Amino acid sequence: VSRLRSVQSLVASIALLLVVALIGSGATAATQQDFITALISATIVYGLYVFIGNSGVISFGQISFVAIGAFSAGLFTIPTQPKHFVLPGLWSFIANHSVSDFVSFLIAAGLGALVALIVGLPLMRLSGIAAGIATFAVLEITYNIFLQWTKIGPGPTTLSLVPVSVGVWQALLGAVAAAIVAFLYQSSRRGRLLRASREDPAASQAIGVNVTRERWLAFSLSGALCGLGGALLVHQLGSITVDQVYLELTFLTLAMLVIGGSGSLWGATVGALGISLLDSWLSAAENTVHVVFFSISLPNGASDLILGIIMAAMLLFRPQGVTGGAEFSLAFVNRLRRRSSRAGVEPSVTGVQGEPKPTLEPDMQQVNPTEGVESRAER
Amino acid sequence: MNVGQTIIDGLALGALYALVAVGLALVFGVLRLINFAQGELITAGAYALSLTSGWPVVAQIVLCFVVCVGLSVAIERIAFRPLRGAAPATTLVATFAVAFALEAVWLIAFGANGKPADPLSTLNTIAIRGSLNLRWITIVEVAAGLVLLGGTALILGRTSIGLQMRAAATDFRTARLLGVRTNLVISFAFVIAGVMAAVVALLYTVQTPLVTQTFGLDITIIALVGAVVGGLDRLWTATAGGFAIGFATAVLNDVLPASQEKFQTAFVFLLVIILLLLRPGGLFSGFGRTTVERV
Repeated sequence: VSRLRSVQSLVASIALLLVVALIGSGATAATQQDFITALISATIVYGLYVFIGNSGVISFGQISFVAIGAFSAGLFTIPTQPKHFVLPGLWSFIANHSVSDFVSFLIAAGLGALVALIVGLPLMRLSGIAAGIATFAVLEITYNIFLQWTKIGPGPTTLSLVPVSVGVWQALLGAVAAAIVAFLYQSSRRGRLLRASREDPAASQAIGVNVTRERWLAFSLSGALCGLGGALLVHQLGSITVDQVYLELTFLTLAMLVIGGSGSLWGATVGALGISLLDSWLSAAENTVHVVFFSISLPNGASDLILGIIMAAMLLFRPQGVTGGAEFSLAFVNRLRRRSSRAGVEPSVTGVQGEPKPTLEPDMQQVNPTEGVESRAER
Repeated sequence: MNVGQTIIDGLALGALYALVAVGLALVFGVLRLINFAQGELITAGAYALSLTSGWPVVAQIVLCFVVCVGLSVAIERIAFRPLRGAAPATTLVATFAVAFALEAVWLIAFGANGKPADPLSTLNTIAIRGSLNLRWITIVEVAAGLVLLGGTALILGRTSIGLQMRAAATDFRTARLLGVRTNLVISFAFVIAGVMAAVVALLYTVQTPLVTQTFGLDITIIALVGAVVGGLDRLWTATAGGFAIGFATAVLNDVLPASQEKFQTAFVFLLVIILLLLRPGGLFSGFGRTTVERV
């Protein structure tokens, strides 16, 4: 039954991505970019979800792989002629090779996975806050290297002249591919082992789950999806700087995942698309937006203020995320199922209530101070 | 290259980071919450100093303390109290969201160019001249660090509220059942965090007199990294970690030649990863304690 509900969740996620793409394809060229950005955000958040959502370990480092994807895809698609001229310091291998955009997506995903594989090998032994800080260190190191090492990138300058080839449909294709990969992983045996370790690390180890290995696999897969997201991003914008794939993107994508509900694919979809579109709309409102009869014009910086307040408020009202970490389900399907089970047609389904609510960081949850006590004492 | 001078500079910066780490560790102790908004308190205090630049210095300092403590308690009341007991990821993102919103407030109110603030700039003069130059600010920073840390230790060790805080940090549920007043204890932790932020704002403006939106965020993140490397679950290990990272940054700054300075951040964070892998429970945590994840 839970597999069926997950399929519903995948279908619903793809449908929502499709709706966003359709609306975007009908919009004006400027507005269209916002919808493309939303679809790319979804791709990156699926990448985050594969590791953070399934393992329950927070990582601040996944945007490193977005950066690696963006710079590798960008550098390998700039024609060699101008590349020699604009970036004379590059390694000759990078400077002399140029590939098609399609191949650059594969390179980006491959490099993302490879670096994640290498970085994850020592790091996946950590959990809790130590894991959070260690992955943050990965982000800082990546940023520092890209910013300073002109043999492998543009350094502090802007990487430009990248072919702009990602429109609405390409972004949709990327996001759908990422959603399918995330779905296949979470419903596979390996994905389930990791989700078991999220719920109870001790019990899952006791039944023979190698938690470190399962986390490592998810981390590498996440690296591939994040690399793909970075490639989409660079081919949407045509140019990129190191600062665009650093702290702010890390916080924003993490917020998308948690606000949507980090335990489910459906939550990742809703959070990514919702927050990304809201962010774009608010930024546009800084240069006047028309809402039916009004035209609103916000002062500079106000969009971030409103976004921050909305994000905090959403967490206050739905601490488990908008979806509560549950997968998408059609209410009427449940009703149908209940009726049939009552009639005795399908008795095996009765006890199953879907997946339990996920709790991130179960090992930290143990020491969570106010759990339970608060409600009892407050009453 | 003067080794003594390097060490003196390192002590001063280390003391500053240690104060930030104390605020983070106190809040973490009672709430298990990593408070990224702590940096915004420092920024708020620094802006308060810059806006009151014509005032008498004492009034400026008082206002700085009022702003930091008030904002600290207000954030706890509005944003964090309703989230008690939520998953750590949720509270963490909530502190991001608060920091994100406050940074936008600073941008709207004060612009992107930064504001000057240097109420204590007289401290930037040299107190003892000789083979080693000792500036007043260095003396004040180290002294303030020692006094505040000692004061915090006294409060935690010798007062009723301190006892309640320690009880809450050890086992929140049991402490509550035994009659520890939760809201009071948590508010008090945020008051101390606010005081620490105010002191950091005062002292840090001497060395960095231009206040921008990310004035406090940067040092808070570095101090947090230090505190976790040291061991966030105990006050003195977190403080020592914060001090160590401040000291290491200052020393590396002096020691590395300009040509190699560009990869300094990468080296510091590589060291952070190695230390975390070797001692995930904290560098200064007792050797008898288990450092492996409890299963």
